[in-house]
Amino acid sequence: MQTMIEVQDLTKYYGPQLAVSRLDFQVAAGEIVGFLGPNGAGKTTTLKILAGFLAPSAGTARINGYDCVTDSLAVRRSLGYVPENVAIYPDLTVTQFLRFAARAKGVAAKAETGEVDRVVSACGLEEVRGKLVGALSKGFRQRLGLAQALVNQPPLLIMDEPTIGLDPSQIVEIRQLIKNLEGAHTVMLSSHILPEVSQLCHRVIIINRGQIVASDTPENLSRQLGQGSRVLMTVAGPTDQVTAALAAVSGVNRVLSQGEGNYLVEADHGVELRPQLAGVVVERGWQLLELKSQEFTLEEVFINLVTEETTEDES
Amino acid sequence: MIQIRGWLAVVRKELTIYFSTPIFYITGFFFLLLAGYFFYTNVVYYSIISFQAAQQASNPQVAAQLNPLQMVFRPLFAVLGIILLFLVPFITMRLMAEEKRSGTAELLFTYPLTDWAVIAGKFGAALLIYLIMLACTFTYPLVLGLITRLDWGALGAGYLGLVLLGGACLSLGLFASSLTENQIVAGVVAFALLLLFWIIGWVQELGAGNLGKFFQYLSLLDHYENFTKGVIDTRDLVYCLSFIYFFLFLTKRQLESRRWRA
Repeated sequence: MQTMIEVQDLTKYYGPQLAVSRLDFQVAAGEIVGFLGPNGAGKTTTLKILAGFLAPSAGTARINGYDCVTDSLAVRRSLGYVPENVAIYPDLTVTQFLRFAARAKGVAAKAETGEVDRVVSACGLEEVRGKLVGALSKGFRQRLGLAQALVNQPPLLIMDEPTIGLDPSQIVEIRQLIKNLEGAHTVMLSSHILPEVSQLCHRVIIINRGQIVASDTPENLSRQLGQGSRVLMTVAGPTDQVTAALAAVSGVNRVLSQGEGNYLVEADHGVELRPQLAGVVVERGWQLLELKSQEFTLEEVFINLVTEETTEDES
Repeated sequence: MIQIRGWLAVVRKELTIYFSTPIFYITGFFFLLLAGYFFYTNVVYYSIISFQAAQQASNPQVAAQLNPLQMVFRPLFAVLGIILLFLVPFITMRLMAEEKRSGTAELLFTYPLTDWAVIAGKFGAALLIYLIMLACTFTYPLVLGLITRLDWGALGAGYLGLVLLGGACLSLGLFASSLTENQIVAGVVAFALLLLFWIIGWVQELGAGNLGKFFQYLSLLDHYENFTKGVIDTRDLVYCLSFIYFFLFLTKRQLESRRWRA
């Protein structure tokens, strides 16, 4: 499969401060990749380098085969960039601004009107076409940010926190817009909202303190990096005895009683305990009301990874 | 060809912003108000002097001085040059500083535009705005031309001087605007530098020898004065065009350094 983004040893210093440290990753054409990390992890810096706005201190980044520094124009022609808190000229109307974007991106004069109409309807901007950008609500401004990135159909879209500062219904709308891009574009988006990333992205790259700490599909991440496996049970029976009986099953590390007959059983990673657990309960004559294995959420994975890093550094 | 389109895109964007914000209308209004005032007083003064000269037995030397170019337009051009020092910073201070402050630079510089397309686009738009203002003052010679004979060639040289002086001031203003994200700072720096380039030739009067000559050559005022006399000298043309190129070039370097420093 064709590689859209290829980053090698990417490093960026702001003065003496290290923002991004020896980043290595690749994104294949057609992928939707989430770039995840706490604030200040280096997400925005990396995206700005990819978009050609900043130059790296060391290392290389190639987009669509072009180098971000030496072939900056070709790189910028192959991507649409939605910066964090999209700032757009408040004194232009939506149409005026999109026309400017089309001309700047080299859309042919004849195709200009058609292209503007296309992105206006793709992003649901019809009702605000004639309005000044300064008078738009945050949600519409974000959509306009997406619309300008879509002008001239670039193969790659880079979005920095596309849903930040929006209300819940607007967030759903923007996510839907991004979902619609699947297939036609490669998308790289940054976020610190985990459910968003697990919903939208094929793959997640987790970055902390300028370094990649994990990179995989959301499902694999929660499976592999969730520490051990977990089973959630609901059993009708005396709490003390049930807890003791479950803990006695070989392979069980810990049993947590959560009240009202709910138990959380933790075991080592990859150990399948459900048959034994069910067996024990039935043997003792208690009633098994519910039994299911529970995946670690991406959120837990993320917190684990990020705190692990921190404690390692401190020790 | 794509960069011609890119350049035009920036010009059109900047013009749209100029026309939709008050800065153009306000600077234009006061520019024309001041220019009109000086034109009017010059004409009145000229007519009084001419009237007196006609009544007295005319002195040929005085009579030779009595033409509208010397009495009306040269002083007007001199005053317009000074008005430019004050007005240009207001026209240019927004150009780069506001893009950086508001964050629109992030979009602008991730579009496939060369730095030259952006700089020349912004400069072109500012120059066009200035030319529109200047074109309005051309009504003065047109009106005066109805009632007296004018030396259109010399007048043309004066206007060429104004165009070049304006271009030089605008390029310096654009550079000042690229230095900061604060419009006020950009304006103050532009004004101070323009004033410096205006008066730097005065050093020569202190008798500083070759160094003094050098400073005089740098002076905008000295080169501009030749145009107002109706003289088009290659040295003045070269000076003005190099001045414009130099500051546009500095602006480009300034933009390039942004990528590295952030």
